[in-house]
Amino acid sequence: MRLIEAIRSALSAIMANALRSLLTMLGIVIGVAAVIAMVAIGSGARNLVDQQIRSLGANLAIVTPGNVTQGGARLGAGAASSLTDEDAQAIRREIDGVVAAAPFVQGGAQVVAAGSNWGTRIYGIDLDWFSAREWDVATGRTFDPEEMRRGDIVILLGQTVARNLFGDEDPIDRVVRVRNVPFRVIGVMASKGQSAFGQDQDDVVFVPLDAGRRRVIGRNYAKDRSVGSIFVKFANESDIEPGIGNITELLRQRHRITGEQEDDFSIRNLTEIANTASASANTLSMLLAAVAAVSLLVGGIGIMNIMLVSVTERTREIGLRLAVGARPRDILSQFLIEATTLSTIGGALGIGLGAGAAYAVAQLAGWPSLVSTNAILMAVGFSALVGISFGFYPAQRAAKLDPIEALRRE
Amino acid sequence: MALIETRDLSRVYDLDAGRVVALDGVSLAIDQGDFVAVMGPSGSGKSTFMNLIGCLDRPTGGHYRLAGTAVESLNADGLARLRNREIGFVFQQFNLLPRVDALGNVELPMIYAGFDRRTRREHALQALGRVGLAERAHHRPMQLSGGQQQRVAIARALVNSPSLLLADEPTGALDSRTANEIMALFQELNREGATIVLVTHDAEVGRHAQRLVRFRDGRVTEDRRQTPIDARDLAPEAAE
Repeated sequence: MRLIEAIRSALSAIMANALRSLLTMLGIVIGVAAVIAMVAIGSGARNLVDQQIRSLGANLAIVTPGNVTQGGARLGAGAASSLTDEDAQAIRREIDGVVAAAPFVQGGAQVVAAGSNWGTRIYGIDLDWFSAREWDVATGRTFDPEEMRRGDIVILLGQTVARNLFGDEDPIDRVVRVRNVPFRVIGVMASKGQSAFGQDQDDVVFVPLDAGRRRVIGRNYAKDRSVGSIFVKFANESDIEPGIGNITELLRQRHRITGEQEDDFSIRNLTEIANTASASANTLSMLLAAVAAVSLLVGGIGIMNIMLVSVTERTREIGLRLAVGARPRDILSQFLIEATTLSTIGGALGIGLGAGAAYAVAQLAGWPSLVSTNAILMAVGFSALVGISFGFYPAQRAAKLDPIEALRRE
Repeated sequence: MALIETRDLSRVYDLDAGRVVALDGVSLAIDQGDFVAVMGPSGSGKSTFMNLIGCLDRPTGGHYRLAGTAVESLNADGLARLRNREIGFVFQQFNLLPRVDALGNVELPMIYAGFDRRTRREHALQALGRVGLAERAHHRPMQLSGGQQQRVAIARALVNSPSLLLADEPTGALDSRTANEIMALFQELNREGATIVLVTHDAEVGRHAQRLVRFRDGRVTEDRRQTPIDARDLAPEAAE
């Protein structure tokens, strides 16, 4: 019997018991829908994490000042202002695999433009910042080395700040005041979006390191050359671990810390943190997919059950088909095709449902949800496979029937 | 040469209760174009005999040739092929597929013979015409009377132009008038050249055949030619 005809006759058998068939399919529908939705949502979540990793900058570590003990009281991490931009230069110069070491100071500031003002974070940065964070201006220009050396009062605005202070107007060459110091706007940064921790990374302004240290954020940076933290960017991910060891050694040396003494700084591997987040997103989507696979399995058992019932109900039909010349394998393929058609229709319905659910979740959560062609092909293949494997036993039972017995059965 | 030839054909069942000899060395030849009634009480072996010559079962001993093929040497697929090409079955309970219309039911053996859709349709309509049901082609079994259903079943049996029509109590589920119509149809088909083996326990039905073979305890106890009664004489209007 040709395949098309076999499928047509399977469809008519399925339609003959429409409600029962639909209920049987439900397991597969739900299973496939779950797989599609979970894979889509999972890859959406992973994409989001990946995006955040990229927005931070790849292969990044951050050196922060450690705690400091004053009269027996240990102040928290970052309390010390032990790092200097000379430390950053030393790191850049002496540590293998380092492509940028970006010292910076930061603080809160009210930025005032003509007619409006906006509270934001202000960073004093040096030129390595742009390569370390893989972040450039969208319009205008970055600081030139001269401005940087002199600590000129020029400023780069984040997208959010530019929008809030100037709306649609071009902020370049306008003047904003921070702590009454007039800064000239020379550029607007490209948009970075949300950070992995939900912060708006565009709500920020940048000034040259010296300008920031001397004129606006001064108080904590008593020592002339001290900085808040240093971003260190490595060439490769494999450079990070040994690099961190080397930086530790270098800074202990430079800060004259010996023996058992505690470090007055700490180094965190940001890429590792990002990777952990990414891995947990992966684990989550694997887990969801596993749950979905279980429901597919349950759906398959439902199909097997109903096919067994169907074989029993149609014993006489099988006997007749054998009598008029069907070979056992014709009967086998008839029931296999019926089971497979059933599960594949279920799979198709499930894809529709799953894609809809994924879309809805994506809309609600603001995630980029991706219903991939791969997931769809996989779901179709998998539901067909479920039909074949769970349909096989009932089909084989049908094929093994003795025609005389089958014809005699009521 | 005989269409059907059995020699010492036997069928023994090994049951828990012991050996049951259902057929005990039957040698019989049936010629092309004959109309044979196989009779006997239940347990006489006539059903076993029918299953064997219908290639639904395999003998435990002896030989069986159908249209020149040694049946006992065939495997399951070979038997299926023989059933498909050489034998047309007619059952007491009609055994039509309820979801499929008359045409589809008649097409069924041709599906397994591998004919394309158009050829199947053509031959099936022809066969339905032969049993007088051409205009009922698209009715489902439920929409047909018992006699009509049996006619559809006969059309199905005829559609692959088999060399043997094998009918098992074909009138058992019909009232006597309809039964007579069906017997008239068999006689007509026989006159047109069909070889028919009819299994029945009903003496009245058996009288329509040209030859009567009686079974008892797995053996042939009687085998004689007779002058058949003509179903048309009993119900002249039915033969129209």
